[in-house]
Order: sequence, then structure tokens, then C-alpha cells
Amino acid sequence: MRPSIEVDRLTKRFGATPALDDISFTAGKGELFGFIGPDGAGKTTLFRILTTLLLPDSGTCRVEGYDVVKDYRQIRNICGYMPGKFSLYQDLTVEENLRFFATIFGTTIRENYDLVKDIYRHIEPFKHRKAGQLSGGMKQKLALSCAMIHKPEVLFLDEPTTGVDAVSRQEFWEMLRRLKEAGITILVSTPYMDEAGLCDRVALIQSGRLMTVSAPAEVITGYPLALAAVKAADIGILLHALRGYPGIHSAHAFGQTAHASFREGSVDLEALATFLEKGPAGRAEIARIEPTIEDCFMELMDKPGGMVK
Amino acid sequence: MTAETQRRREDIIVVRDLVKKFGSFVANDHLNFEVKKGEIFGFLGANGAGKTTAIRILCGLSYPTSGKLTVAGFDVYTQREKVKRNIGYMSQRFSLYDDLTVFENIRFYGGIYGLRKQEIGERAHALMERLGFEDARDKLIRDIPLGWKQKLAFSVAIFHKPRVVFLDEPTGGVDPSTRRQFWELIYKAAHDGITVFVTTHYMDEAEYCDRVSIMVDGRIDALDTPRNLKIKFNVEGMEGVFLKLARGANRKEI
Repeated sequence: MRPSIEVDRLTKRFGATPALDDISFTAGKGELFGFIGPDGAGKTTLFRILTTLLLPDSGTCRVEGYDVVKDYRQIRNICGYMPGKFSLYQDLTVEENLRFFATIFGTTIRENYDLVKDIYRHIEPFKHRKAGQLSGGMKQKLALSCAMIHKPEVLFLDEPTTGVDAVSRQEFWEMLRRLKEAGITILVSTPYMDEAGLCDRVALIQSGRLMTVSAPAEVITGYPLALAAVKAADIGILLHALRGYPGIHSAHAFGQTAHASFREGSVDLEALATFLEKGPAGRAEIARIEPTIEDCFMELMDKPGGMVK
Repeated sequence: MTAETQRRREDIIVVRDLVKKFGSFVANDHLNFEVKKGEIFGFLGANGAGKTTAIRILCGLSYPTSGKLTVAGFDVYTQREKVKRNIGYMSQRFSLYDDLTVFENIRFYGGIYGLRKQEIGERAHALMERLGFEDARDKLIRDIPLGWKQKLAFSVAIFHKPRVVFLDEPTGGVDPSTRRQFWELIYKAAHDGITVFVTTHYMDEAEYCDRVSIMVDGRIDALDTPRNLKIKFNVEGMEGVFLKLARGANRKEI
């Protein structure tokens, strides 16, 4: 796969605070590449540098072979960018916004209609409504349509699903998969760990550093500990009891169960069950499980200075 | 808590036939529920289902079209200022002032709620000790990490010891460890008798609530303990319950 985005030793500081600290990665042409991390991790700064809206302090970044500092004009022509904050013209209608973006890129809605129609047809019935009066889900679809109407080669989507409910999030990811089929490279950022599995590859990002870059399945196989899901009557008491078990590495609440990880590569589930039953947690159901991306993220976070690359 | 102790507990929020219309649009369509003292009540729904409208009414910021509502024993039509004094509110976007220090923010909120200077000093000291923020007392909010801001925003929202605190997507965008620490603060507040009314898009967090309501198209289509909801909808987790209900929505795009 030829590279679409190449980032080498990129650093950006704001005052004394490093927003991006010596990061390197490559995204292939047509890849759906996810940046997973909390607010303040550096996701937006990275996207702003790659879209030529912010200059790096050091390191090099190329988008489709163009340098973000020297060749910013070319990059601006081939990129689509959907910022995290809604940035369309609130007092223009849906259709006026789309036409505006098509025009400044020297094209028309008609010319690239096929590319956006899957998304745009959801909002087309409201095309005479002002953008400021749309619901969150509709604004998101309009913003994505506007970012794509000039048929970009690379699409940057900064937290497109933040604050969006579980149903709309699923629909949004289905749209991204269809766009990927059109050969567009997509960089998407999200704070939702459960969306990692929908990407070809993911970078887990925290405090301006990439903790790992790999396919979601590899992130999971790279998890170094034994993990069990434990269920008991009271999760608070259970977590406390688990943290007192010899050999425990961590215990975290995961919805209705607790995930307990163990330092040794294995754990005696029966011994754990006996230990819990004798203590305040009482009878517990225990099962060995595969980690989720969220387990992996927390494990990587806890490693002091143990971040990869 | 068991069903029996729950029945005996005092009602902090009572909502009877709440209707809110904007023109011909019915944002809240005959909502009925009550929330008990010390309960963690999850208020879920798709975007546009009518959650924010209902929260604004419960906080005394907007009048209902019709219905009978009390919050902390006060009527939301006639005793709005009393409602406001007895509630706390924290939204996804932190309500702290970036260019004030940690302590100045606490003092500001304490002052707004009419706490005496000495009381503010004592509570602020205890609060910073509990959060491990002693060294951050004189730091500007803009210079402290996001996870700290969030814990502080929550602590400030309950600084005046309200009867009920409304949390509107309090954990949006934070890392998974901080999100879990935040829920430990919620548990503690509930344990201390503060009723917690919380919205979230994280379905694992719905599991942590005592009861969960799910709004669809302005109505409450389900309200029960997470356990009972999962049995009723025959699914493994709350995500399944949510998807089954929200998929049936007609107006999520309005």
C-alpha cells in the first residue's frame, strides 16, 4: 500500500506544554485510520497540522507526498476537513452551504453528487433550512457532505461522533465504510474506545504521545496480562475485594462486570472464586475473557514511560 | 438498594404528566417518573429525544406547558428560585472559569449559593484534601489537566450540598481511567444522600445506575433497573436495550 500520510518525529508545543511529543506514523492510501484518545491528548493539534492550519515545531509531515509547510496550497486542494466544532455558516441554508464549498473548490454539487448522495439524501428534504436550525445529527451529515463535495483524496474527521447517541454513531460508521470503498484515505479521531474496532488501524494517543499503532486485533493480542470478567452482587465491594487478591494487577468496573487483570500470564479462577466467596464480595461468576481496546488503553496508560516508539 | 428500601425512601423529584410543546412540536409527551433520595437515576435517550428540554424544566430554567412537577419538594412553576438553591448542575462543558484559580472558582460558587466565608474556607480545604488537590489550590483552571477539571466541576456542583445534582454527559471525552474515578465520586455523593440525575452516551455507565429511563420521541419508553430492563428486552447489556428502543424512533433527525 503506498503511503498517503507520513509523519516523522513531529513535535508541537504550546508554551512549555508539548501537545505532540515526537510522534511518527504512516497511513496507507485508502486506509481508515483511527486516533483513539481522550480530550487533550493532541488529536486536534495533529489534524490541524496535517490540514496545514498550524505549523509543526519540528519533524516532517507529508500528505499525498506534499509537505505540510512548503506545499500547503496543494494539500488544501486535496483534503477534506471536518473540525470537531461545527464550523459551517449557520445563517446559510443546507444547500447554500454545500454550494459554497463546492464553488470555492471550483466544482459543483452536480459534478460530485454521487460521492455525497448517500449522506446528503438524509438532509436533502431540509435543504432550504438554515444550518443553524439543524439537529446535531443533521449538522454532522451536512458537515461531512461539505468536507467531501470537492472529492478529496484524504478526509480528516475530528471527533465526528462526540456527543452523538449510540444509534447515530453506528450509522455514521456505516457511512465511513462506504466512503472507504471509494478509495479515500480517512483519518478519524474519537474518544470512544469501542469505535477502534471499526478502523483498519488505530493509534492510541494520550498526552501527546502515541502509545501504540496497529490493527485493532493486534492491539488486543498485544495485551500482556491474563484477564477475567467477574460478576457479583455489589460491584463496589467486588472491586475492593479484587484489589486485595494476591497477584492482582488491576480491577476496573466495566458495566455490569469487573475486569480483573493478573500479573502472571495465567490465573487460577477457582482459587479466585474461593477467595471472593470467603470475603465480603460473596459468590462471584468468573470467566476468562479477551481484553477490549479500553482494557488495552488503560494498561498502556498505566505504564510509566512505557509508551511505544 | 432493595425494592423495599427504595419504596420507603423519600421522593426528591416527582414528575406527573409533564408536557412541553414548542409550537406544534411536542418535546416532552406526558412524562411520569419519580426519583428517590440517594438514587443514581440514568436519563437516557437518543439525540433529539427530549432529554435536555426535560432537564431544563427540572432545573427551573424553562416552564412546562402542563403537568405537575416538584424538585426537592418545591414546585417548578411557583418556587423556581427555591428549586435552583437546592440543586446542583454540571454539564459536559465545564462550568469553571479558566482564568480563575482552583480556589477562586470554589469561592465564587460558594458565594453565589450564599455560603459564609468561613464555611467556604473550611469546605474548600476539606474538598481539596479529598481530591488530593492541595498543591493545585492557586493554579489557574486552564493549567490543570482535564481529569482534574472534571472532578473539580463535579465537586463544585455539589459544594452547597444540594438535594439533587444534574449531570449532563459529565464524562464526555475523558480517558477511561478518569471516567471510572469520576463514577466513584458519583457513588460517594449518592451514598452521602445526594440524588444523582445523570445523562450519558456510554452504555457501560448506564449499568452503574440504580434505575434507568430511556426516552424515545419525547416519551419515556422504558424505566426500570438495568437488570430488569435487560431481562425484559432479552439482551446482554444496556447497549442492547438502548439500540432496540432507539431504533424505533421516528424523529431523531428533527
